[in-house]
Amino acid sequence: MFLNIIILVALVLASLWTVMTRSLLRSGIGLALTSVILAIIMFRLASPLAAVFELSVCAGLISVLFVSVISLTQPYSQKEIIERMKLMLVRFRLLPFIILGLGLILLLIKVNFDLILPIPETERNVRNLLWNFRQLDLFGQIIILLAGAFAVVILFKEMRKNVR
Amino acid sequence: MYAESLQLLWPFLVFVLMLLVIGIYCLFATLNLIRALIGVEILIKAVTLLLIVVGYITDHVALTQALVITLIVIEAVVMAVSVGVVLGIHTHKNSLDIRNIRNMKG
Repeated sequence: MFLNIIILVALVLASLWTVMTRSLLRSGIGLALTSVILAIIMFRLASPLAAVFELSVCAGLISVLFVSVISLTQPYSQKEIIERMKLMLVRFRLLPFIILGLGLILLLIKVNFDLILPIPETERNVRNLLWNFRQLDLFGQIIILLAGAFAVVILFKEMRKNVR
Repeated sequence: MYAESLQLLWPFLVFVLMLLVIGIYCLFATLNLIRALIGVEILIKAVTLLLIVVGYITDHVALTQALVITLIVIEAVVMAVSVGVVLGIHTHKNSLDIRNIRNMKG
C-alpha cells in the first residue's frame, strides 16, 4: 500500500505539473507522464490489459495528437507566451494549496465504507468477458470509431475548403 | 477479505477526488482551448482510476477492464474530434483564446 501511495502522489504531482507548466508542449508531455503513471497503478491493481491500452492509446496516440495540434497552431510568439504565463501563474496559484488542503481534510475525515459488496465475478478472463458477455460494448466502440473517423474527415474537408 | 479491501478504497478515493479537482480547476481557470482539453483528459483519468480501484476492491477486475477499454476508445475518439474542432477554430479566428469565440452563436 505504501508504494501505491507514493505512485498516487506522483500521479497527482504529474497532473498538477501538466496543468500549471508554462509551455503547452510541456503540458502535452506531462499528460503522457500522467498516463504512464496511471498505467503503472493499473498494473499494480491487477488490470494489465487496461494498462496496456492506457499506455499505447493515452500515453502514445493522444499525446501525439496534442503535440501535433500544438505545433500546427503555435498560438503565441515567445514574448506573448512569457506575458501570458505570468497571468496564468496568477490564475493557477491557488490550485496547489487547494489540492493539498483537500487531501489533508479528506485524509483526516477517513470515511469507513460499510458497503455490501457484490459476489466476486465468475468470469476472470477479460478477453472471454469482452467477447462473450459484452458484445454490445464492442459494437458501440465500432460505431464510435466510425463516427469519429467521419467527423475528422468532414472537419478537415471543411478546413481545406476554407483555406482555398 | 472484503473488510480489508474496503479499507483500501478511501486512500484511493482521496487521490481520485484530487485529480477531479485539478481537472475542474483547469477547465474553469484556463482561457486556452488546448489547455481546456488537457483538463478534460485529467478528468477522464480520474474516472479511469476510480473504475480500476472499484474493480480491484469488489473483485470484478475483468468487468472493469472491459469498461476501461471502452472508455479509452471513447476518449481517443473524443480527443481526435476535439482536436479537429480546435484546429478549425484556429483557422477561422487565428486564436485559441476562449474569449475570442464567445460571439459564436447557433
